[in-house]
Amino acid sequence: MKLFGKQLPLPGANDGERRDRGRPQGSRPRTRAQFNLRSRLAMVCGTLGLCSVALLARALDLQVIDHAFYQQQGDARFVREIPIATSRGMITDRNGEPLAISSPVESIWGNPKELLKAPARLPALARALGMPQDELASRLSQRAGKEFVYLKRRINPDEAARILALGVPGVSSQREYRRFYPQGEAVAHVLGFTNIDDRGQEGLELAFDDWLRGTPGAKRVIRDRRGQIVENVDLVRAAQPGRDLAISIDRRIQYLAHRELRNAMNETGASSGSAVVLDVETGEVLAMVNLPTFNPNAVGTSPRDAHRNRAVTDLLEPGSTMKPLTVAAGLEAGVITSTSLFNTSPGWIANGRYRTNDTHNYGVLDTTGIIRKSSNVGASLVAKRLSDRQFYDFMRRFGYGHVTGSGFPGEAAGMFPSPGSPGWSGTTKQTMSYGYGLNATPLQIAAAYAALGNGGMLHQPSFVKGQQNPAKRVLDQNIADSVLHMMQTVTEPGGTATQAAILGYHVAGKTGTSRKASAGGYSRRYVGYFAGLVPVENPRFSMVVAVNDPTKGSYYGGVVAGPVFRNVMEGALRLMDVSPDNLDAWLAAQATAEAKRAKASGHAVPVQAVADAGVAAAGAGAVQ
Amino acid sequence: MSRKFLLGLLILANVATALLVVRDRHEHRQAFVALTRLERARDELNIEFGRLQLEQATWAESNRVDQVARSRLGMVFPRTEDIVVLRR
Repeated sequence: MKLFGKQLPLPGANDGERRDRGRPQGSRPRTRAQFNLRSRLAMVCGTLGLCSVALLARALDLQVIDHAFYQQQGDARFVREIPIATSRGMITDRNGEPLAISSPVESIWGNPKELLKAPARLPALARALGMPQDELASRLSQRAGKEFVYLKRRINPDEAARILALGVPGVSSQREYRRFYPQGEAVAHVLGFTNIDDRGQEGLELAFDDWLRGTPGAKRVIRDRRGQIVENVDLVRAAQPGRDLAISIDRRIQYLAHRELRNAMNETGASSGSAVVLDVETGEVLAMVNLPTFNPNAVGTSPRDAHRNRAVTDLLEPGSTMKPLTVAAGLEAGVITSTSLFNTSPGWIANGRYRTNDTHNYGVLDTTGIIRKSSNVGASLVAKRLSDRQFYDFMRRFGYGHVTGSGFPGEAAGMFPSPGSPGWSGTTKQTMSYGYGLNATPLQIAAAYAALGNGGMLHQPSFVKGQQNPAKRVLDQNIADSVLHMMQTVTEPGGTATQAAILGYHVAGKTGTSRKASAGGYSRRYVGYFAGLVPVENPRFSMVVAVNDPTKGSYYGGVVAGPVFRNVMEGALRLMDVSPDNLDAWLAAQATAEAKRAKASGHAVPVQAVADAGVAAAGAGAVQ
Repeated sequence: MSRKFLLGLLILANVATALLVVRDRHEHRQAFVALTRLERARDELNIEFGRLQLEQATWAESNRVDQVARSRLGMVFPRTEDIVVLRR
């Protein structure tokens, strides 16, 4: 400004000079003013130069001095770090069949600010979303100041594409993953389920959440004013997909157990039921089913009560399934032998102020007879010879009173008072010897029986296939084997569970029928049990079936739970290719069948020829 | 003289590295775009795989197989008298 002002007078002075020079020549006065070219040029250049300096100064200010501030502001408006969704690991059964799969779905979200600018498009959008128009409008106006609202979550990608094709400004989609359980309700309790954010909520989904869950990645993108991604700038973190998990469940045995338990529930009118199958050698859970169950693909619609995995959370008095353990405790302490005799007449025995009753007077029973006939008096007589401590320590070693360590969320430990504690009275030991006065989960019973079948080696039940799972010795091998053979008589003629016998295999088992405790005593409601091991020579499976509160017909464990055991185990033995240990029974059954057939067709065929004819018939069948 | 030469060399090196930075940055963008494209292709394939797995698992659902075998194919479980035991 100052410079400019100084130069101003100069042109005027020059003009005057020129005019003076021109007049003496007599010509017309010149209209164009005289000027000094050089100084004008200098002035223009100076002005322009100053402008440049001003621009440079401003640029310096923006680019260097306040660079960080403006960069940050600019980035805050356009550069975003957005998460890259990642899938949850798959859960498969022990044979690799998928039980839980994460499948990508799209979630439609909108920018209320943008959407409210174009109200004319809202009806079309509402129609496409399948949402009443006023609901959409109210949802948008509620969040009018925000830039994000979910319009519809977790829909089929094709449907999402259709909604996006409308081209409504401010509507975008984002990828998410949803869990699908193709086996449906049969495996529902074991697997559990995830919530809308793909985090495990119950069951193994919860127990192994960290393993299954992936780590979402992040990428930096440039977004335009409407929130659309213009350019991917950089990968900040690659997404780590979740790891797969192979669980110990066998889908086929699981289904079989589910089907059979359901049939039993319908036949007996029971209110609930559980079944557990353990692999005796490894302690792995091959099947675990509960009823009532729920559809894991639509969790919200089912009652909460049905979500419970009863086989590990519900405590029931184990009833007579305790008797083989009582006998084993007696054998281990050396107070009885397998040939000891017990006089159970007159069918009852005093227990403090109460009585322990048998259903019949069985008279004199040997040790095997106590188990075969399920004599409460007999079990009491065995327990009488044991000290409180001996009895308690033995049961405790078999896992009663503490969680099995399977790692299943919400697993119950069971009530099992120790001698000297307020829960232990003078009658406790005798009451416990036949399975009352303590409670346990079906899984605990199955694990204890598996230890009997495994030569006295107790495994923690495990839900993961092939996990390192060392066993610990809880009983001498010989005692375990002899108890097993005593239990075999239960499913043979004269035992309490002939319904559980399987052709071709020796089955060791024990029935249990316990009355349910209610306020002030025992009610007329029952739990029917069957716990068993098969085959007796080198047992493979330990299975417990509990049928709670049967209302139609018999409530005895052998009747309500025995058939479930037989049908499931028959299938499992076939599926796992277990060779029969009682071929003679099978051959005898075959001979009778052939004889019957021969009789029907009219000629008598000797037994040896029958077998050959059978082979020929089988061959012919294969050809057909 | 040598100082001038050195200065010139430095300026030249400066310009050259600046250009290299520009080139590398460009290449990085290009590579990232390619990566994104490949990842999308991978995701699409994974999605397809997951869908097929799901479909297969749904078709192979035990309950369904059981019902199809029994009702549509008329299969039955062999009765005891239909089973022949072979000794080897």
